Amino acid sequence: MTLTHPPAPGAVWRRGNLSVLLHRRSVLVGLALFGLVVAVGLVTLSVGNFAISIPDTVRTLLGNGSVDTDYVIFERRLPRLLTALAAGAAFGASGALFQSLTRNPLGSPDIIGFTAGASTGALSAFLLIGTTLQYVATGAIIGGLVSAAVVYGLAYRRGTNSYRLVLIGVAVQLLLLSTNTFLLMRADVLDAQSASWWLVGSLNGRNYSYAAIAGTAVVLLLPAALLLHRRCLMLELGDASARALGVPVERSRLAVVAVGVGLAAAATASVGPIAFVALAAPQLARRLTTATGPGVLPAALMGALLLSVSDLIAQHGLGEDQAPVGVVSSCLGGGYLIWMLSRARQGG
Amino acid sequence: MSNGHSDHSGDLSGSGLTLGYDRRIVSRDLTVSIPPGSFTVIIGPNACGKSTLLKALSGIVTPNDGTVVLDGKELSRYPAKALARKLGLLPQSASAPDAITVVDLVSRGRYPYQRMLRQWSAEDEEAVTSAMAATGVTDLADRPVDELSGGQRQRVWLAMVLAQQTQLLLLDEPTTFLDIAHQIDVLDLCADLHEQGGRTLVAVLHDLNHAARYATHLIVMSQGAIVAEGKPAEVLTEQLVTDVFGLQCQVIDDPQTGTPMVVPAHRRSRSREFALGSGLAS
Repeated sequence: MTLTHPPAPGAVWRRGNLSVLLHRRSVLVGLALFGLVVAVGLVTLSVGNFAISIPDTVRTLLGNGSVDTDYVIFERRLPRLLTALAAGAAFGASGALFQSLTRNPLGSPDIIGFTAGASTGALSAFLLIGTTLQYVATGAIIGGLVSAAVVYGLAYRRGTNSYRLVLIGVAVQLLLLSTNTFLLMRADVLDAQSASWWLVGSLNGRNYSYAAIAGTAVVLLLPAALLLHRRCLMLELGDASARALGVPVERSRLAVVAVGVGLAAAATASVGPIAFVALAAPQLARRLTTATGPGVLPAALMGALLLSVSDLIAQHGLGEDQAPVGVVSSCLGGGYLIWMLSRARQGG
Repeated sequence: MSNGHSDHSGDLSGSGLTLGYDRRIVSRDLTVSIPPGSFTVIIGPNACGKSTLLKALSGIVTPNDGTVVLDGKELSRYPAKALARKLGLLPQSASAPDAITVVDLVSRGRYPYQRMLRQWSAEDEEAVTSAMAATGVTDLADRPVDELSGGQRQRVWLAMVLAQQTQLLLLDEPTTFLDIAHQIDVLDLCADLHEQGGRTLVAVLHDLNHAARYATHLIVMSQGAIVAEGKPAEVLTEQLVTDVFGLQCQVIDDPQTGTPMVVPAHRRSRSREFALGSGLAS
């Protein structure tokens, strides 16, 4: 049978009772982003004080490196790169879920108070318990999860709606932000400075255990996010239509929030609250794919690309002084987003 | 087509319904029955509970008390997707996602038939194609919904609900926000869907004359209760409009269709006290 009206330009694969729909531009954009991520990864692994040629880098990755290149790549550069890729992907996917859920291009884990809560948790741990990264990361996860649970709980009244979720999220976020300021003002100057460094987001000194936190989240929760894709499409029609079409609205929304918060929590624990990636990556990806719906996979790839490019610049593009990757990603992603939005015929 | 609607009877009724939101009770002990195969229209003054009743009948609002039964089985006992294959709803507040195309939106109506690895079957495609043809939006297939006029947009939403291929279609104020020509256009389309497809339609409407023209069965609500029901010619009387809407009027025969037509009394011949007394107090 010929395809007279596929729901979007793409290909349909059918066999027996099975049918799979592929959005052509999403596939192409996904492949291109993947290629760029690989390229940026190779460059990141090869440049630095001890420069390694790209062929040597590939050789080393395939297990045929020298003692020197093995050390530099596997011990120094790869863990940091993997952390950036996994955290970027987790932030990107998380943002895609929240933007779809709230039907708002400004949606991100912020809207449920996650980032501010994670910062409060991290600061509390940093200033009250200890300054090691483990404490800070644990504090961030606890703070983020608690604030997300509080916002969701407050918004729940015989079911939630996205609008109330956003309003309560903003209110809780303001409360937490002033708490953060208070904590920083009370802290010792040096402590406050290191805490601020963490709050901006940084990849300095990230070893494999950090890559593992974000990596595990990506491996476990990204498939979950993809399984929720079709429900997200339906929730975007509004609660009444979604319910009338057979979607368990409340359960689906809770699942989307849980997966989105889980991804953001793991990413925050490994690199700090670089929530900007969660805001920009899905928007950038969506403008390239022109697809409707959350577009989790392109957003994850865009997040990985955004954070890895930012870290490449943060490490090598700014002379001797390293900048925190969070600052670079905000400048890079923000600039690109402004350029894209101003070129678009209509905003939003 | 195995998913067609001809093999179901679409018998929908509610009994002992107490409906409301939070602590505000809208209706108490309401009993209603939708005649299978009818074009039923629910009318009543603002806030009389007609939309709430429609939502309860469609299963998106759970009654505080009482049951809604579809083909001998309580709504709450249907699996969500199975219910969505029998009963479709066009809500009042339908809003399309940004930049979605017409065909994409209409395709969303196929969700109750789809699964993780059954994303776009030949039946889906056929249902969407014929739903777009039936509503006259085939030529708009690739246009973004937010660039369409209000009337076109409502046709697209109707196409989405049609693609659901249900025996029952529930429409919550489908003509609100449309100009008069588009209101008639949408109602004509509803009448076609009723007559040609053998579907049962239930719509909430504001305009009494539209209701009288298109309905085969009229349900009149006031203050959460059903005060009259039956054929429009039998139900829509001067006394009823006066009692329920607090409007003095004359009911004449519609010169085009012969159905009742409500003509509000001239303001000089209307008693002002009367209108304030019984109309606004409700």
